[in-house]
This record gives sequence, C-alpha cells and structure tokens, in this order.
Amino acid sequence: MTFRELADILGAEVVVGQDCVDVTVRDAFASDLLSDVLAFAREGTLLITGITNPQVVRTAEMLELLGIVFVRGKRPDEEAVKLARAKKIPLFCTRYIMFETCGRLFKHGLSGCIERVDDAGKTS
Amino acid sequence: MQEKPAEPLLEQEFAVQGGDFIHAGEVSSRIKAILKDIGMSHDIIRRVAIATYEAEMNVVCYARQAAFHLAITPDRLMVIADDEGQGIPDIELAMQEGYSTSSREIKEMGFGAGLGLPNIKKNTDELRISSVVGKGTRLEMVIFTRK
Repeated sequence: MTFRELADILGAEVVVGQDCVDVTVRDAFASDLLSDVLAFAREGTLLITGITNPQVVRTAEMLELLGIVFVRGKRPDEEAVKLARAKKIPLFCTRYIMFETCGRLFKHGLSGCIERVDDAGKTS
Repeated sequence: MQEKPAEPLLEQEFAVQGGDFIHAGEVSSRIKAILKDIGMSHDIIRRVAIATYEAEMNVVCYARQAAFHLAITPDRLMVIADDEGQGIPDIELAMQEGYSTSSREIKEMGFGAGLGLPNIKKNTDELRISSVVGKGTRLEMVIFTRK
C-alpha cells in the first residue's frame, strides 16, 4: 500500500512527508522499545510506535526506516518533527491503539518485517 | 605477536555530551554521512550506524562525556568510544541480554532494556570493552571491510 492509503486506513494525519504519499509500504515493525527496534527492525520498513521523542527519528535514520506511525493519539515532540523534516522521514499520527493500527494494516496486506525471533534472539 | 595495524586512510574525532538527549545521535549521523561519502558498502554503513548509535546512547544515558574516534584503514573500520563516567563493574554481566541498570526515565525514552552492548557485539566483528569503575569505559568496535 502507499502512504496515502495507509493514512486513509488509519485516519492518520500526515505530520511530515506530504510529498511522499505515493511511496509504497510493504512491511512494518511495531514496538515501544527502541532497543528492540535497533535489534530487529529491517531497513526500509515502517515503524509503528508510541515513543515520540527525537530518538525515535534518530533510530529511523540509523536503520534507514521508511517512516513512522505514532499510535494512541500521541504526537511527536517538536525536536522529533524538526529532525524528521531534516532527514526526510515521513511521520503519521493515528488515534488507533497499536493493536488496531497493526491489525488494520495487516488486513490490508502489510506484513511484519520479520515474523518471529528464536531463542537466541535471531530474526527469521 | 600482534600484527601492526596499517596507517589509517581517514581519522576523525567527535565529542559526545552525556545527558544531552536532544543531540543524541548526531555523532552517529555524521559518521554515517562520512561513510556514505567515501562509498562504503551499504551493509557496513548500516552495521556501523547501529553500533555507533547504541554506543552514543550509552554515553548520553550513563556517562558525563566521551570522545568517539573513527579510523578507517584499507581492511577495517574502527570506532573507539572512550567515556568519562561511572564505568561498568561487571562487563560479563553487562553483556548479557536483558541486564540493565537504567533508570525509569531512560526506560520511558524507549532504551535501557539491556540490549545495547549485545546489539553492538552482533553488529561488529570485534568488540573490546575495558572499564574502570568511577572513571569510565572504553569500547573498541571493529568491522572488517574486506571479507
């Protein structure tokens, strides 16, 4: 799906990235733990999170993530928005909780960027 | 006898300020840009970016300040993070996934899950840690660029 479709499905506000609404999103990673994002998220994936500080954008920059969806009506703080603009990382805000956000996107064809981790924490 | 490392092709030093959460990640971002500029491979850039960012967040969360030293030789890339801070009393314990001494504030920011050092190890070819309690910690992260 495109970012435009994603915004429709989630009733999301496009905070940063009006110019890339036609970019295609294929998979996602959802977590409120940036340590886990850094350990498991794949490049080019969408991040779904409730963390709104600048570090979430830094994390997206380091991993070259496709964009960030903030859930539960949370809004990224000002520094996070500034950084996202500078680094051209699209930001969306939805009022859906994380479970609903993931479920709705999954139903529309988005998959997890990894399916599961094994006992050693390796991704598969 | 240990082989003598080759003369670096590129060397640069960066300062990281402990407790500065607004600018946390800037040094990693600059290092990433340098590696892109010199045409380093995508996979290496990603591994360096993750390892450096984890190390930088460790300094911001736990230390007063640090110097990050980037050195690139024909066959390897090294980032040394040398901090002044509380140090790590038991490095083996700190390397265990899930072990953390972080505060509630750090956890609320999405860090402090005890995954940083293990993730640095995962993304580097060599990792050496030395630490003196009450003085600071030194991380030497090495990634081989020629496989």
